[in-house]
Amino acid sequence: MDFNDTKEEAEFRVEARSFLEKHLKPKDANSPRRPSGEDFLKRAKEWQKTKAEGGFAQITWPKEWGGRGGTAMQQVIWNQEEAKFDAPTGPFTIGLGMCVPTVIAFGSDEHKKRYVEKALRGEEIWCQLFSEPAAGSDVAGVKTRAIKDGDEWVINGQKVWTTGAHFSDYGIVLTRTDPKAPKHKGLTMFIVDMHQKGVEAKPIHQASGGREFNEVYFTDVRIPDSDRLGEVGDGWKVALVTLMNERLAVGGSPGPDWKEIMEYARDTGSLSDQAFREKLADWYVAAQGYSLTKFRTQTALSRGDTPGPENSIGKIITANQLQDICNSAIEMQDHYGIMNDTDTMPANALFQQSFMWAPGLRIAGGTDEILKNIIAERVLGLPQDVRVDKKVPFDELKQG
Amino acid sequence: MNFDFSEDQKFLAGEARKFLNAQCTTAHVREVLNDDNKSHHDGVWNKVVEMGWIGTAIPEEYGGLGLGMLELCVIAEEMGRALAPVPFASTTYFFAEALKAAGSEEQKKDVLEKVVSGEVVGCYAASEGPGNPEPSKLKTTFDGSKLTGTKIPVTDGDIATHAVVLAKEGSGASLVLVDLTGAGVSRKKVSTLEPTRSHAEITFDGAPAQRLGKAGEGEDYHNRVLDRAAVLLAFEQLGGADRCLEMATEFAKDRYAFGRPIGGNQAIKHKLADMYVKNQVARSNCYYGAWALSTDASELPEAAASSRLAASEAYWFASKENIQTHGGMGFTWEVDCHLFYRRAKLLAVQAGSPKVWKEKLVSALERKNAA
Repeated sequence: MDFNDTKEEAEFRVEARSFLEKHLKPKDANSPRRPSGEDFLKRAKEWQKTKAEGGFAQITWPKEWGGRGGTAMQQVIWNQEEAKFDAPTGPFTIGLGMCVPTVIAFGSDEHKKRYVEKALRGEEIWCQLFSEPAAGSDVAGVKTRAIKDGDEWVINGQKVWTTGAHFSDYGIVLTRTDPKAPKHKGLTMFIVDMHQKGVEAKPIHQASGGREFNEVYFTDVRIPDSDRLGEVGDGWKVALVTLMNERLAVGGSPGPDWKEIMEYARDTGSLSDQAFREKLADWYVAAQGYSLTKFRTQTALSRGDTPGPENSIGKIITANQLQDICNSAIEMQDHYGIMNDTDTMPANALFQQSFMWAPGLRIAGGTDEILKNIIAERVLGLPQDVRVDKKVPFDELKQG
Repeated sequence: MNFDFSEDQKFLAGEARKFLNAQCTTAHVREVLNDDNKSHHDGVWNKVVEMGWIGTAIPEEYGGLGLGMLELCVIAEEMGRALAPVPFASTTYFFAEALKAAGSEEQKKDVLEKVVSGEVVGCYAASEGPGNPEPSKLKTTFDGSKLTGTKIPVTDGDIATHAVVLAKEGSGASLVLVDLTGAGVSRKKVSTLEPTRSHAEITFDGAPAQRLGKAGEGEDYHNRVLDRAAVLLAFEQLGGADRCLEMATEFAKDRYAFGRPIGGNQAIKHKLADMYVKNQVARSNCYYGAWALSTDASELPEAAASSRLAASEAYWFASKENIQTHGGMGFTWEVDCHLFYRRAKLLAVQAGSPKVWKEKLVSALERKNAA
């Protein structure tokens, strides 16, 4: 048992690090936690192109699509090293992590030729259009309607919580093509051009005050049948592939973590408080538990085995811990802690800001409750929830 | 990255599980539970001795198998899972590790071989009353050759032949080796929440004893022994916690109420998912503890603390919610749930409660951050 790279892994790490050092600055205390904006997007596209040219974009993808044809372990090593630098990667996480893999799995050869390499080189950004006002955790309940018209489909409806819709070029959209079929059976997935007429992205004003997510409205949007992914009525099967990739893509938290609140407590004189010390120990143990679990997953990859389901604990731990840490940091300052001016508050009001972001993290990419259902059903083999809507035609379902 | 046990170690774990499944069932555990005169299960203990497991991490020159701490960790997990009603932890994780850590060459030669053969059964005596024993406030004293005072409770204190005792010597503390069958030692069994592991009050009245290591360095040795034992106990806790999750999951699938399995209700599903998360957090922390233990890493204090804390929390949660999942059946003497609930509590307090280890952990993190 050790934490060492194999000889090949060590060589790859050196190669990755020297590439990163050549192009980026190491992360420091001033690096933004959740960067956004025009300049950031521009930098992100440039960095994605640089990575692709260096052979470090989508390391496990085949060379014919611009990937490296490398191993999952190499991708992990790259991610570890890239995370140490001020690398603008966010805008591509969903496209390359979820959407384009779905195109690869279900698209035609023409689709793959047209879309995959451009996405990988950062020339086109993708978004995922699944959630709707009445289809969140129950994502198969989408109502956005697609009606066949000759060789085309006409799309009408509304999506919500679409990350990056306002700067995306393409999306994959889950639609209802047969409202007479039961919920999961009448769905179909399409590729949609986000710049075309009838597609309108409107930022959502979040509870945190920010506007990072969007509502997307489709009004008589026409999509050629050739841009369908999978068979008509097989949209749920296609969506599951996307969502499986989502569970691999989420899990981490931008912090602040136990270490940062420990420093903060020291600076503000609360580190000697016994109740705080006990909480700090709990956070450390849980955070270590998750980081070390990732090492176990990586060990399976390094040995050429399939990782177990243990990584599914990630977001349940990190999102709750973030909320709890922020709450404690605010209470530590009593009344003063309610202020959130970034120029005057300790730690640039990071804890106050993240306090307002944490509720979203517990919901995005699978709520705590859905993630627990997944562990209970798929890992422990417990029965599925009662589903009264399973065999009922979709248009006869109760709504509210 | 190689953060897992090797194929050989996993094979050893598999063999240990097969052996214990056949030779140490909960029926064996209940023989001890239901008989006040039984301090442990003789048949199981003799077989464990025969298997040579006590010597797993004892060097060959002292009669052991000389395998290593990682191998002992996987055996500990299986012993915990099986609720083995034998003085294995006392003898192996505490007594033998104390000798390895602090004993002279002569003491090791003299005693360890007899430990491996089963002739010596060891225990570790630190507690003197309510609260975690503080070396500076010990009432048991050692004058260089004789030991005086009372230790209570001592796990396996009634069946052990020898004890390592934490005692005051001068202004400091020392670890002291005592023959419990010799003069000046009286002991009586005490009643506990966990009757499948016996406990005693031991009174020393000028009992002949010999120091392990240097005078006054007992506190350092004691902490070292606790750090090492904490990781091994954590593996026992992990084994027990995983068994509880299995029991609860099996029951939730088979037990019907309101026309369907109770495991189809989210209240049960989410409870068991929480159990799974805690057990995984414990497992990963335990592996880190195992790594630190096997390499004698400088991270051992925080690794030991985090594995012990994670495993104590996991076993506590799993053992209480296993009873809850079983409903009324879980509260009967005949169903095994309470055996795990009892063992979970003993293992959580035996080497210092979570509160003590949280403080140890944060102190270690402070030292690290200051350095």
